Amino acid sequence: MANSKHEILERSVTLLIIATLLVVSIGGLVEIVPLFFQHSTTKPIDRQGNPLDVKPYDALRLTGRDIYIREGCYNCHSQMVRPFRAETERYGHYSVAGEYIYDRPFQWGSKRTGPDLHRVGGRYSDNWHIAHLRNPRDVVPESNMPAFPWLDRPISQRDINAIQDKMKALRALGHPYTDEEIAQAPSMLEGKTEMEALVAYLQGLGRALSNFQ
Amino acid sequence: MADFINGFWNAYVMVLVALSIAFCIFIIASNMRASGKVGELQPHKWDETLQEWNNPLPRWWMYLYWLTIFFGIAYLIIYPGFGSFPGIAKWTSVGQWEQEMKKADEQYGPKFAKYRNMDVKAVAADPEAMGMGKRLFQTYCMQCHGADARGAKGFPNLTDHDWLGGDGSPEYIKTTITAGRMGVMTPFKDILSEDQMKDVANYVRSLSGLSHDAQRAQRGAQVFAENCAVCHGPDAKGNPLLGAPNLTDDIWLWGSSEAQIISNVTNGIQNRMPAFGEFLGEDKVHILTAYVWGLSNKQ
Repeated sequence: MANSKHEILERSVTLLIIATLLVVSIGGLVEIVPLFFQHSTTKPIDRQGNPLDVKPYDALRLTGRDIYIREGCYNCHSQMVRPFRAETERYGHYSVAGEYIYDRPFQWGSKRTGPDLHRVGGRYSDNWHIAHLRNPRDVVPESNMPAFPWLDRPISQRDINAIQDKMKALRALGHPYTDEEIAQAPSMLEGKTEMEALVAYLQGLGRALSNFQ
Repeated sequence: MADFINGFWNAYVMVLVALSIAFCIFIIASNMRASGKVGELQPHKWDETLQEWNNPLPRWWMYLYWLTIFFGIAYLIIYPGFGSFPGIAKWTSVGQWEQEMKKADEQYGPKFAKYRNMDVKAVAADPEAMGMGKRLFQTYCMQCHGADARGAKGFPNLTDHDWLGGDGSPEYIKTTITAGRMGVMTPFKDILSEDQMKDVANYVRSLSGLSHDAQRAQRGAQVFAENCAVCHGPDAKGNPLLGAPNLTDDIWLWGSSEAQIISNVTNGIQNRMPAFGEFLGEDKVHILTAYVWGLSNKQ
């Protein structure tokens, strides 16, 4: 057995690491990398190639999105309507890849303690969202969602200071923000509460294929 | 679905997949038999005395590997995965969804068709339709109006006879579900002083016989006539065309406390019911109309 090829691999740690990495990366190379080079996963289009009205988040919604992430909403809410009748009847049109091109990272989530939120935009009034976020039991007595009463505080100065850099970073990744939008971003957040930012984010979700306008 | 930006990526996936499968076959095939002399003691030792015999790998174990390889190949023939080859079954997730929808249409379509041309009041008298209505309501409406349809603060109770924007007829309910409703009240924080708001709040409370400061209510009547009567009417009985509620009854959408009334007058109200017509479609709206109408018109 001393001359077996296998033994060469087993006795050299460097070779073993290289070979292992090579084998492990095949899955990603075949299943992930090609997605970067598909129209349907990189452009705002639906399955037939028709353009979808998907825009990068404005400053307020972008801040709301960060609050959504900070509060861990994704732990209980998904943002992907799968193409099953049970889901499209309840939530609306199934999600398509092109809708997420300005989501970095996407908020698909992996668990639904609460309902999916991808088509929540326009489905409820702003008042409902505000009442519901302050205390879900006020509108849905059966709800087990936690209350988020502290969202009524103003957007922190730290977040306002960070918004331009955030948008510039996203622009470097391909989000088409104009200089003007970036210049006006802090003034869009002045005097706004975190609640307003989060509701603006929620109300903008999934509008490209929504039945609610 | 594969819609690569060019043919390279199609070939890239196909070649990598084919090579991987060929590599697996090669590995398994070349390890079916033991190399060297079967039954010979191997030269290496671990932990001082631990040695191993040179024996072939267990058959059943190797056959499991073959099985996974054949499964993989069969899968790539039947289902999409091998580049942009769609698979002989032409399966897509959306195709499966369309099938599912078609089947549901065949199953439930006749039920909806049965009620489609029936009068709302007749549908409301049908126990099966009301069962459907209840399930629809629990899916689409209860988030705001409550599982018991009695509403919440700011969200109307649907079981009483009070309607903000109309007469509660089937047509009114259907229009509301289909096209939604808007209710807007101007904020008066820049128009009225705090004192005036307190006066008008006491006047409004007096209209429905609630405890109030008579002196303030008297002053409030004047404030009301000048500022509020435009929408709520000089007699404060409301105006359905504007969605302005009747202030003389004992139904309070937001609550009847002095503080709440002052808060509403100060900040105004922007209430909205979303339009569900496009999402639900006519058939479901029809059943829901009958269900909601039936809530306040028990037969």
